[in-house]
Amino acid sequence: MKILVLVKQVPDTATQVKIGGDGKQIDPAGITWIVSPYDEFAIEEGLRIKEKRGQGEVVAVTLGPDRAKETLRSALAMGCDRAIHVNDPALAAADTLTTARVLAAVIKQEAPQLVLCGRQAIDDDVGAVGAQIAEVLGWPCASWIMEETVDADAKSVKVGRQVEGGLEIFELPLPAVLSAQKGMNEPRYPTLKGIMGAKKKEIKDLKAADLGVASVTPELTITKLEALPARPPGRVIAGETKDAVKELVRALREDAKAI
Amino acid sequence: MAGAFWCVVEDDRKGAAKKVMAEVLGEATRLGGPVEAVWLTDKATDDGLKQLGEWGATKVWLLENAGLAPYRGEVWVPALAELVAKESPKAILAPVTSRQREFMARLAARLGVGLSADSVSLAMDGDTLVATRPIYAGKLLSKVTWAKRPWLATLRPNVFKPAEAQAGKSAAVERVSATLAAAQMKLVERREEASTGLPELTEAEIVISGGRGMKGPENYVILEELGGVIGAAVGASRAAVDAGWRPHRFQIGQTGRTISPKLYMGFGVSGAIQHLAGMRTSKVIVAINKDPEAPIFKIADYGIVADLFEVVPELTKEFKRLLEK
Repeated sequence: MKILVLVKQVPDTATQVKIGGDGKQIDPAGITWIVSPYDEFAIEEGLRIKEKRGQGEVVAVTLGPDRAKETLRSALAMGCDRAIHVNDPALAAADTLTTARVLAAVIKQEAPQLVLCGRQAIDDDVGAVGAQIAEVLGWPCASWIMEETVDADAKSVKVGRQVEGGLEIFELPLPAVLSAQKGMNEPRYPTLKGIMGAKKKEIKDLKAADLGVASVTPELTITKLEALPARPPGRVIAGETKDAVKELVRALREDAKAI
Repeated sequence: MAGAFWCVVEDDRKGAAKKVMAEVLGEATRLGGPVEAVWLTDKATDDGLKQLGEWGATKVWLLENAGLAPYRGEVWVPALAELVAKESPKAILAPVTSRQREFMARLAARLGVGLSADSVSLAMDGDTLVATRPIYAGKLLSKVTWAKRPWLATLRPNVFKPAEAQAGKSAAVERVSATLAAAQMKLVERREEASTGLPELTEAEIVISGGRGMKGPENYVILEELGGVIGAAVGASRAAVDAGWRPHRFQIGQTGRTISPKLYMGFGVSGAIQHLAGMRTSKVIVAINKDPEAPIFKIADYGIVADLFEVVPELTKEFKRLLEK
């Protein structure tokens, strides 16, 4: 069974992000880059499916600039068999729909039975690409998956989808797109052997033209990035716990009218 | 300019619109309308339709068909896309919920238009809509605009001002007979979580949250008790979830749920960036922590530097006294 895992390189959560000179993008200086955490759940799940079945191939795919290769190396170090890097300056301003179309084109070329991705990338936090790929390909998809079981013939998959108040268990015919939610598994750390081995694994480079992607005009455009409006200064209530609590309850009721 | 603001109805699966629709309809009204609801369901009730009218919808496009439940993208998307092609709405808005999040993404791909996900503000700039949405764990805000219509956006719950229900206002109901695409997905079962008796995290007006300072899973009972008194949902920080004290569905933060309640109270929560990402748009923030240097105090409206195990019982007692009045 062939599985494609879609990954994205994003700034580490703890990294400070600053608005760049154009006011529309962040300043990349000094940023620590990581694999988007939800994508790690997707990689882990892909590897587990392969291990359970005792055969198959797990291919990591990313769209991004040169530095995004590190993310593919991380995926290979975890155990993915090979990787595909769509790296084209023409796609630098890609919105989610362009990204979905580009990745759908890769998926068409590779023809996997299953596509896994994270529920969202933690940079732009849109969380649309997986579902949009499914729409472009006409495949079923299930988002925010907590569990999955691929049937023995790799013809269908049973998934648990996190919804308000519970899980919905769905059966989907394959091929399909699934997006991973936290709690699905505990991603492995790459071993030293894995890291060394990753250097020898294949990373194929692709351009937009290789994928026959015609238009890269974004449908959604960032016009401006802004810092958060400052919250009004807070108030630390001092004094004996009992009195402080009394004052807090009064303030919440009378000043903030929050309760 | 022709075209209406469509608001996709999120319902309780029993034929009534969820309260969050007051926010979506209220925002569509504020943007200038005309405001119309679109409802894909297996069962709409008269009360549900009436409610949509009272919240400001002048028309309800009703797609009522047994095949529309449960939500499946491959069935919903072509059904609504067909209606969009006929009626050319100028915008389609929906609240962020588990199914709308996916549905709106698929619909945007089908229509070939942009989607502003998890928007926290919308405004008209002349003839175009501009949306504001948090990015990078809520550290920055991004203003976005669309290349063409319809403008698709999902709205973060509890952020937009809800419409006040106006008794007597009603919506014209337009029944749409759609031929549904065959479903590829099959619902096997719905596993309901054991009810805590407290509100759902993303829907609650008050959320209290316990972090590493809770010291262990057994101590959350004091938060649940407090939650019971004030009608709050009880969440947790990643530290507490990763320690195995609470199931993941209770996690607030970047790799958990994003909430925006009227009142958030953190107990023994340090306020790591990853947690702030999930709760910083809360209206009033209260922090209780022993450590005066905890980063959460920087964004808190009210703070008490003290042991939460002393504060919580006092707080429960005090709220009980107040609310019994």
